[in-house]
Amino acid sequence: MKQDLVLAGVGGQGVVSLGVVIAAAAQREGYTVKLSEVHGMAQRGGSVMASLRIADAPIHGALIPAGTADFIVATEPLEGLRYLDLLSPEGTLVTASEPFTNMADYPPPEELRRRIDALPHAVVVDGLRLAREAGGVRAANIVIVGALSDFLPLDPKSIEDYIRERFAAKGSDIVELNLRAFRAGRESACPTPA
Amino acid sequence: MPQPANTLEHRTELLLMGDEAVAQGAIDAGLSAAYAYPGTPATESFEYLLAHAKTEDGPKAAWCANEKTAYEQALGVSMVGRRVLVVMKHVGLNVAADPFINSAIVSIHGGLVLLVADDPGMHSSQNEQDSRVYADFARVICLEPANQQEAYDMAREAFDLSERFEIPVVIRLVTRLAHSRARVETRPPRAQNPLDKTPDPDSWILLPATARKLWRKLLDVQPELESYSESCPFNRLESASPGSVGVITTGVARGYYRQNLPDLPAPLPHLHIGAYPLPLAKIRALAATVNTLLVLEEGYPLLERRLRGILPIATEIRGKESGLLPLDGELSPDHVRQALGLPPRPRLAMAADPVPPRPPQLCKGCPHKDSFDALKLALTGYECSIVNADIGCYTLGALPPYQAIESCVCMGAAIGMAKGAADAGLHPVVSVIGDSTFLHSGVTGLMDAVAADTDMTLLILDNGTVGMTGGQETVLPSSQIEPLILGLGVAPEHCHVLQAHPRKVEELAAALRAEMEHHGLSVVIAVRECIEHARMRTSQERRRRREKRIEG
Repeated sequence: MKQDLVLAGVGGQGVVSLGVVIAAAAQREGYTVKLSEVHGMAQRGGSVMASLRIADAPIHGALIPAGTADFIVATEPLEGLRYLDLLSPEGTLVTASEPFTNMADYPPPEELRRRIDALPHAVVVDGLRLAREAGGVRAANIVIVGALSDFLPLDPKSIEDYIRERFAAKGSDIVELNLRAFRAGRESACPTPA
Repeated sequence: MPQPANTLEHRTELLLMGDEAVAQGAIDAGLSAAYAYPGTPATESFEYLLAHAKTEDGPKAAWCANEKTAYEQALGVSMVGRRVLVVMKHVGLNVAADPFINSAIVSIHGGLVLLVADDPGMHSSQNEQDSRVYADFARVICLEPANQQEAYDMAREAFDLSERFEIPVVIRLVTRLAHSRARVETRPPRAQNPLDKTPDPDSWILLPATARKLWRKLLDVQPELESYSESCPFNRLESASPGSVGVITTGVARGYYRQNLPDLPAPLPHLHIGAYPLPLAKIRALAATVNTLLVLEEGYPLLERRLRGILPIATEIRGKESGLLPLDGELSPDHVRQALGLPPRPRLAMAADPVPPRPPQLCKGCPHKDSFDALKLALTGYECSIVNADIGCYTLGALPPYQAIESCVCMGAAIGMAKGAADAGLHPVVSVIGDSTFLHSGVTGLMDAVAADTDMTLLILDNGTVGMTGGQETVLPSSQIEPLILGLGVAPEHCHVLQAHPRKVEELAAALRAEMEHHGLSVVIAVRECIEHARMRTSQERRRRREKRIEG
C-alpha cells in the first residue's frame, strides 16, 4: 500500500496542519509516513505545497515524483490545479470549491470549474461553507481532511482521536467544532464518475 | 500568515522533522547549552530545543543577536568542558565564519556541534551555498544525514567525534530533510558532562606562535579523520552488483536514487556517503569496478569536483559539473530519474495548462504596508533616490503593489549600502531595515554612518519580533532600540519614533521627508507590533487564562 498526497493551498489556510492530522492518524495505524512541510517566506500568503507519503514499507524520500501522486488535496481550487504535473493519470483531485483571490490575474470561476470537470477524478467540497456551518471558517482545512478521509485506508476513528488530542488545549468547543467539520467533509465527499 | 511559531503544537511524539531529530539527538547526547539565530530552514530545530530547555535539567538555550555571537558563546561552553550545539541557516555561517574557521584550530574540549541547514532551491533564502564547502575549508568532519533517523543518530555521534578529535563537527541538513517529518527511534540519553575547564588554555590562544602549532596539529589529525570516514557506518557500499555504471549518492540524494531503483533493470553498484572528509579508498574501490560514475548530491558538485582529481582519467564522472544534472535548484527524484536514463512517467495532458503564479505577500494589516505607503509618499517628486533594504518580511516590499525597495543583499547590508550610495553623491538615500535585522548586524553599519554624519535616512521597521521566521523574540525589546541609537551618537533631534499605522501614514511620510531634506544622518523608527505576532500573543494569553480558570 502506498498513498502519495500533494497538499496545496495558500499560506495561512492550514495546509501543514491538514497534513499533520492525516500523518498522525496514519502513523498510529502503523503506517510509515513522511510529511514534508513549508516554512519561512514561502508560506506568506503565497502558494504553499507540502507532500505526505503513507506506505506499509520504507519511504525513501519526502518528494513525490511527477506523475505518481495518488491525490492532490487542496484548500483552494487554483492551487489544486497548480500541481497537476505531480498527479498520476489515475489520481484524484480533492479540493475546496471556494477561490482565494489575493491576486490580480485570478482566472474566472467558470474556467476553474471547466478545468476541474475535465479531470478523470475530482472531488469538490464547499470547505468554507461546511466549516462555517460547523461553527468556524478556520476549520475549513479539517473539512477537507474529512472529504479526503473517505478515500484513505484509515479508520475515521483514528483521525477523530487525533483531532481531539490536537485541539484539546484550545478547549472542548474547538474540539467539537473540528469534529463537526471533519464529519461534514466526510459526508459531503462524492466523486464525479470516472 | 505563518503557522504558530512553536511547531511543537503539531508534533506527534515520534514524528520528527529533520530539524527536530538533530535537536533531540543533541539533547540525548548530554547537551548543556545551545545558541542560535532564527533562519529558515534551521529555526524549527532551535524551537524544539527551547521547548525542552524549559524542563528541569534541560540545556540552556537562547536566541542570540546573530550567528557569530551564538558561535562564540558555544566556544565558551566547550572550553569549560560541556557539550554545546549552535544552530543556523547556511548564510548564517557566513556571519559566523570567523569563529567557525578558527574553532577548528583551537582544541575543542566539550563537544561542539554546528547544525547548519542549507536551502537548495532558495525556498526562503538569498542563495543556495553548500555548507559542506565550509566544513572542508575548516578541515573538520561533516555529517550529512539522508533521513530523520540518521539526523538523530548523527547528532549523537557528532558530539563524541568532536571530543575525540578535538574539533567542531558540522551536521549539514537541507530544507527537504529539515522540514519533513518521519518516525525517529531514540536511545537512552547520556548524562551531561561535568564542568571541566580545559587543562590546556594555551590551546585556545591563537597568537601566531601557538596558532602555528595548533594548525599543524589539525593537519596531523587529518589522516585520523580520513580513517574514521573509511570505517564509519555512514559511508557504505549499498550494492556491489556488477555493472559498468556505478553511482555515488550523498545525503538526501540516496532517497531519490532508491525511489527510482524499482524501475532500473538491475541495481547499480552504489556507494553512499554521509560523512566527510571523503572515504577515498572506498571511492577508488568502487571506481575500479566501473567505467562511469554517476554522482548524485544535493547542493554544489562538491564530491564530483573532488573525484576529478583523485580518480584515473579513464573513469567517466557524470553529475552536475558534467551537465547531466542541473547546477542550480533543488535536486528531485525526477532529476535523478532522468540522470539514470529512465523515461519520464505519463502525466495528465491538462497538467501543461498554465496556472498564474501566487507569490508570497505581506499579511493583511501588516504594519510594513503603512511604512511603505509613507516612504513612497515621502519620495514623491525626487528625480533620483535610492532605497536600500534588507532581509525580512519587508523584503516583499520589492514586489507589486509596493515596489518600494531597491536592494536586498545580506543581513545588515541596507545600512552600509546606503552609506556607500550617499558617499558616492546620491540624494536622497534611505535605508530600510527591520528591528531584528538591525540588532543582528545593522548596529555596526550605523556606527560608520554616525562617525561620518552620512547624509542618509535610516528607517527602522520595528514590529517587535523576528517575523519572517515565525515570530521569535528579538534579542532586545523595541523599547531599547531608541536608547541604543541615541547611545551611538545619532542627534536626538534627528531620531524619531513614530507609529506605522494606516491613519498615520501622512505623519510618518512628513517626518521622513523632513529628514531626507536634512543633510546629515537621521533615523526614523516606525513602530507597530507584527499583526501575526499580536494574533499569536492574544491567543496564547487566552489559552493561559482558560488554563488558569480550569485550575482555579
